[in-house]
Amino acid sequence: MRLLFSLLFALVALGALVVTMNLRDEDKLDDTAAPLVASAEQVRLGDYLVRAGNCGGCHTARGGAPFAGGRAIETPFGTVYATNLTPDASTGLGRWTRAEFWRALHNGRSKDGRLLYPAFPYPSYTNVNRGDADAMFAYLRSLAPVTQPNRRHDLRFPYDSQAALAIWRALFFRPGVFENAPGKPAAWNRGAYLVQGLGHCNECHGGRNFLGATPHTLELNGGLIPMQNWFAPPLSTANSVAGWDTPDVVALITGGVSRRGTAMGPMAEVVYRSTQYLTDEDAAAIAIYLKTLQHAAAPASEALTADPALVARGTSVYDDHCADCHGKAGEGNAPAYPPLAGNLTVTLDSPANAIRAVVNGGYAPSTTGNPRPYGMPPFRQVLSEADIAAVLSYVRGAWGNRAGAVRTFEVQRYW
Amino acid sequence: MEFAADDYSDAAMKSRREPCQKRVRRKQWPAWVACWSLAVAAIVPVVAGAAAPDTIAERVRPCTTCHGREGRATNDGYFPRIAGKPAGYLYNQLLSFRDGRRDYAPMVYLVQYLSDDYLREMAEYFAGLDVPYPPPPPASASPATLARGEALVFDGDAARNLPACVRCHGSGLTGVNPAIPGVLGLPREYLLAQLGAWRSGHLRSLAPDCMADVASRLSEDDVVAVSAWLASRPVPRNAKPAPALTAPLPLRCGSVPGAASP
Repeated sequence: MRLLFSLLFALVALGALVVTMNLRDEDKLDDTAAPLVASAEQVRLGDYLVRAGNCGGCHTARGGAPFAGGRAIETPFGTVYATNLTPDASTGLGRWTRAEFWRALHNGRSKDGRLLYPAFPYPSYTNVNRGDADAMFAYLRSLAPVTQPNRRHDLRFPYDSQAALAIWRALFFRPGVFENAPGKPAAWNRGAYLVQGLGHCNECHGGRNFLGATPHTLELNGGLIPMQNWFAPPLSTANSVAGWDTPDVVALITGGVSRRGTAMGPMAEVVYRSTQYLTDEDAAAIAIYLKTLQHAAAPASEALTADPALVARGTSVYDDHCADCHGKAGEGNAPAYPPLAGNLTVTLDSPANAIRAVVNGGYAPSTTGNPRPYGMPPFRQVLSEADIAAVLSYVRGAWGNRAGAVRTFEVQRYW
Repeated sequence: MEFAADDYSDAAMKSRREPCQKRVRRKQWPAWVACWSLAVAAIVPVVAGAAAPDTIAERVRPCTTCHGREGRATNDGYFPRIAGKPAGYLYNQLLSFRDGRRDYAPMVYLVQYLSDDYLREMAEYFAGLDVPYPPPPPASASPATLARGEALVFDGDAARNLPACVRCHGSGLTGVNPAIPGVLGLPREYLLAQLGAWRSGHLRSLAPDCMADVASRLSEDDVVAVSAWLASRPVPRNAKPAPALTAPLPLRCGSVPGAASP
């Protein structure tokens, strides 16, 4: 009996702890506050910030009305459907107050108090300050309302329950606004604010654990993006953007191309919808901040040395199909065709991105600075899986590159 | 004025853009030469080797892997020719791949982050090509199937309210500007797949979706017959689309703006 009692007590205490942890850093909703009267300047700022946060990227279905929601976000736990952010009274944010919007962004709770799924990246957005959140709300309220009902998420048990989400949040979510580090230059603080907050870089480049949580330590060491088969490269190692010159980073995130590499896959989408609209100052601030995270890359997992026959085959495939654009010695022809020597996409431990680039090809995104990008042809029709493995094995080990050979089964896996 | 490499203030950015204009007076030509030499030296390592040709032909290289050199279609058996098709038609298809009306993953993958203007430029480039076509492979279908296909193409089937292909796609079946595609020079497998996808609703166009409407009235045997006959026909020497419609379309078509229709 006594044991049962203690157990019950422990359970209640644990439950109370979870509830308390879910309500950390949460202000009382101030619904008496006058509704937001937005100035034109505030709406403009909100537009800029909403783009910086790429809200439209998820909250717009392909070919659908902007910000009206409906895009399916596939996760390892099921599918989450992005919601309608237009000011429609019945299906969008029409009846939301700015206090409720702030609570969603900062604490990850919906208008009715329900806990929101972290596919909405509030573990990052919690860093956004109140002034910016109000401006974003003002901008969203300025859009034309679109009546488009939200679709129910399709998550597996137990991930579909609020209790499971509460436990997840108690374990992994820490609300708190970004605070300027005293003694750091203004540009560094601005960069840190953008990277950690609206940029939500950590959501892909931080990697995720088995419960889909991103690390708090903000190491930005990269990770495989769940469900997408793309590897988000590290942003902090010496061989990554952290080691680049600032103008190259600015060129990449605002223009989609640079001397060092080209945005592709999910990053091409981020540049297309979001970072191309950043001012040069903000883009440079991001580069300045990332540079200070710089640390040596973890030693690569034991590289598989390519056997000479594979290299010979890869060399001949390269000369026939790649050298024309990327150069005999992988020097490239930037910014049209990126160099392959020293290219992080090529030399990442995971060959996923390199394989996908060869198989599917792709264009850099159309941006204001680079409206007519050059592209990479898809080679799925041209090269066999074994040829792709051979050419990548060659490229990953040539011209100073030191990455391991690629095996045919890896090509099949990331096809 | 000196700026640190990381200085992205307005003044610093402006100063970088105008290094050799305002700060050097005309008479100071040695300084002018020195300034431009330095500027060029700074740029040269970036563009070592000749820059990629600044042409649309160079920019559409990813397209030609499958659609063949000059958009002529390869012998692979599946990919459609795109050379010489109406620009409006090609542009509509590119937008459809990007915006979710068409779902062929490799196409979606290439065009998903490209702007309207750029896609239109690509469409116009391929539309403007005029290339000769090799003769079609010998038809493998039975004479009865081919005859049925030919009848549907030229006469349709009034009993089923099925318009003939030629009523929209041009009397020579080479399409009508600006937005109706030609249907010759396409592999049989491609025609089968497209007509099948229209029938099942996997392929869509702008509403009102006339081709979906027509396809819904086709039987499987109709699709086989029409595809076999069309694929057996050579592309005529002048494969250009007709300049304009000469009669109202039998159906309303969202993809053909301004066309007269019932």
